Amino acid sequence: MAEITYLEGIRQALFEEMERDSNVLCLGEDIGAYGGAFKVTDGLMAKFGEDRVIDTPVSEAAIVGAAAGAAHMGMRPVCEMQFIDFISCGYDILTNYVATARYRAMLPCPMVVRGPSGGYVRGGPFHSQNPEAAFLHTPGLKIVYPATVSDAKGLLKSAIRDDDCVLYFEHKYLYRRIKEEVPEGDHLVPIGKARTAREGTDVSVISYAATLYKVLEAAEQCEKEDGLSVEVIDLRTLLPLDDEAIIATVKKTNRVLIVHEDTRTGGIAGEITARINELAFEWLDAPVLRITAADVPLPYAPSLEDYVLPQTADIVRGIRRLAAY
Amino acid sequence: MATRAATEPRAGKQAAVRTRDEAGSGFALTREQKLELYYYMRLTRSLEERLVNLYRQTKVVGGLFRSLGQEADAVGSAYALDRAKGDVLSPLIRNLGSMLVQGATPLEILRQYMAKGDSPTRGRELNIHFGSPDRGFIGQISHLGDMVPVMAGVTLSFKIRKQDRVGLVYVGDGATSTGAFHEGINFAAVQRCPLVVVVENNGYAYSTPVHKQTAARELKDKAIGYGIPGERADGNDVLAVYEVTRRAVDRARRGEGASLVELVTYRRKGHAEHDNQSYVPKGEIERWESENDPLTRYVERLTGAEAIAAAELQKIDARVIDEIDAATDEAERSPVPESDDALVGIYADPPTVEPLWFREGIRSAVETHERPASWGTHDPETAKATEDG
Repeated sequence: MAEITYLEGIRQALFEEMERDSNVLCLGEDIGAYGGAFKVTDGLMAKFGEDRVIDTPVSEAAIVGAAAGAAHMGMRPVCEMQFIDFISCGYDILTNYVATARYRAMLPCPMVVRGPSGGYVRGGPFHSQNPEAAFLHTPGLKIVYPATVSDAKGLLKSAIRDDDCVLYFEHKYLYRRIKEEVPEGDHLVPIGKARTAREGTDVSVISYAATLYKVLEAAEQCEKEDGLSVEVIDLRTLLPLDDEAIIATVKKTNRVLIVHEDTRTGGIAGEITARINELAFEWLDAPVLRITAADVPLPYAPSLEDYVLPQTADIVRGIRRLAAY
Repeated sequence: MATRAATEPRAGKQAAVRTRDEAGSGFALTREQKLELYYYMRLTRSLEERLVNLYRQTKVVGGLFRSLGQEADAVGSAYALDRAKGDVLSPLIRNLGSMLVQGATPLEILRQYMAKGDSPTRGRELNIHFGSPDRGFIGQISHLGDMVPVMAGVTLSFKIRKQDRVGLVYVGDGATSTGAFHEGINFAAVQRCPLVVVVENNGYAYSTPVHKQTAARELKDKAIGYGIPGERADGNDVLAVYEVTRRAVDRARRGEGASLVELVTYRRKGHAEHDNQSYVPKGEIERWESENDPLTRYVERLTGAEAIAAAELQKIDARVIDEIDAATDEAERSPVPESDDALVGIYADPPTVEPLWFREGIRSAVETHERPASWGTHDPETAKATEDG
């Protein structure tokens, strides 16, 4: 079994699902003839034709709205946002139209909105965003954000088969940096289930997407240097949150650090903290801590971006602070 | 062609005039079809009149939106679609008539306005915000313009699947100012989707007259920028409406892509029942009522050129009232929604969300009579019981 990259995992999922189900189609800017800004959809148009791989105008609201309309008719559209930063241009239709369709009108809206997300790539304020928290607050949407190649592939396939709208964030820093062997056959990863990325007993770190790798580095370092056993939970799905997995790790280690690349205020770490408070307060031996980006638009210069985004050393510091309680 | 120019600043002061010198011929509609158009127009008007009564009795829970004076444009345009072929439309708030043509029933409309548990949306949505894809209409949302990209997608699926189906989306003069309108119509034009975009120019978006909405001379001119055909017709002449829409529908069915149709009409009531229309120039509403009422005009046409006896129309009027009476009785008997139904159906999976901890074992605040009397639609007996308690 050959190793493939995170980006190839996404592409394989698209190929396999389009092959499997003729109702699946892709819509996006420059995704067809050009193969996408990051070449995620490379080869798709050659195989499936212009009717199913649609190069659209620069119109995120129309892409998302048209996907919703096609989804009502039984198709399963996958929309690409060229950069996930531009999903804000489709925010109205996603939150007001798509997310409410089943509830207000019993209209199924099975569709996926995917796109390259995240920083650590010197992309500046409009090519590095992590807008997941903006949608976390919208009942009716689902949100996934894979960190591994297997999850990238398996979650996208599950998202395409889901009967509701799934926002699929893919981290562009991981596109070609990680490689993995992916299970053969029809590899599906369930939506709504977190994964234990590393077993441990002293401190839990809950994270997702690219920062997961910094968390794993920090866990290694703390084990080596401090003798700490650090458990790492990869959320994989952000909406609905896997409360069961979160509470299980709290009960196991009694100390929790939440790490995400998104900014702090209103970020998902706050929501997780509140749930731990409500569901497992008596199991805590220390306050829940957060390591997140600073509350600033993401700057371009390496010295600025590295300062704003969470780094391994920050996470080590967080783990040590918790262990000291 | 005498026109009530869309952007004419003096539009409010000019007399209501017909936009076509000659009435529409209605293609080759049969006598029965012409009577069916009359039935739907009359049903629209009478049903709304019934709703006004129910609103004044506080039986309509939210606002009431009238399409008085716009019945011809709603009914005539929807009638141009082919229901047997599975054509789909997306109505707006003044398109009760279009929904009735597609098969929505007075009972559904009444239950919907009265927020009943067996209404099409089980009490989740207001007024005529509901859909029935099987019958060819998709429920709107309040964000104007958003249905244009949605219907572009609906018709994109028709194109991809090579189905012989057409879609129609209604927008008002106000919605043409939104980004979603622009993105959606451009998308449909580029993709050659079989879509008809009907712009109902009724003079006002809430209180804003068309000349404050756009500097375009006529709204149909917007079609030029999208590279699609644009036509304009008298929205108060039902046969002219049918004709112009039918031409666009036929183009779409032939594979010629999207069209824009501007129907010039006039909104005689306010945005909703509460709106006192203080912004309307004196005499304007009265002029449209006396000179350009779509039902009056159609009755004249039917009893004149079409040689249909007035008694036959009166029979239809009586049938309409009977149907509305029966539907009203049934809707009044319908139950209110079970409060905890509010948690059902946000997702396919999970099918329901859990009640919050402080609501476990309690259906809702309604059950504990927490509604203040000032909410207006409360049950006086319940309120009294709460005060006494």
